[in-house]
Amino acid sequence: MAEGFFRRAWRLIQLNRSHVIARRYFVVNGFDGALTMLGLLLGFSLSTPSDPAVVLAACLGAAIALAMSGFSSAYISESAERQLEFRQLQDSMISDLRDSAHARASRWSPLLIAAVNSLSPLLMSLLIMLPLWLTERGYALPLEPLLAGIAIAFGLIFLLGAFLGVISGTFWLWSGLKTLAVATITTLAIYAFV
Amino acid sequence: MLRTKQLVLDVLKPHKPDVLEFARAIAASGPDYRVQLTVIEMDDKTETLQIIVDGADLQLDSIIAAIHEMGGSLHSVDGVNVSNEHSD
Repeated sequence: MAEGFFRRAWRLIQLNRSHVIARRYFVVNGFDGALTMLGLLLGFSLSTPSDPAVVLAACLGAAIALAMSGFSSAYISESAERQLEFRQLQDSMISDLRDSAHARASRWSPLLIAAVNSLSPLLMSLLIMLPLWLTERGYALPLEPLLAGIAIAFGLIFLLGAFLGVISGTFWLWSGLKTLAVATITTLAIYAFV
Repeated sequence: MLRTKQLVLDVLKPHKPDVLEFARAIAASGPDYRVQLTVIEMDDKTETLQIIVDGADLQLDSIIAAIHEMGGSLHSVDGVNVSNEHSD
């Protein structure tokens, strides 16, 4: 039964190529989340030493805002796009498609895409915040929590680039190094202006 | 008893799902349905198909339901093969 549900869901997703859009949003907004957290942590590391609880609260606030922004913006824009696409398809077919798989796909795909666009930056942010949270909980880390968070941010940004390389069929290491270069330029810019 | 053995259908469908998935969905609408599908014409967003369905006892309603589910619409039934079978 579960297999049937997932097969039907996968068919709906493929019908209007939502999986391709969701994958793009995963990378784009995940990159946003990782880079935002990197910026926050770099900002805190350059300012007067702050209480880890304050850093954690600021990062969590930004992560939740990114998630909410990701969900609402993707849902509103994708709903409009899917409705337009569905109406154009109905016009081409000159028939009522309200009971078809296309109608269900146009209703559900904005929700799926919005969820990916929301959860992707949240997941990246939570992973980057992990050292701060562990320190808050009393775990001793080999690295200072801000530095560990920055290192995780660099690692995730590299992985997102490598993932793009894999799906585009190019050399994953080169693609990962390109996104890493963006993170490095961001770091230098923050050091230059803060 | 009258049984429909073959139907020749003129169908319009969107490009997605593709013809293989479309034919499989129609074949799945009955226990022993065999489907032969030919693309007659292709437009910007739609395809016109000739679909020949064979089976021991075809049910047009379930075939139409499968076509609608896939976003297609039946334009016409262009041919039928019906046989009168006597059960002993």
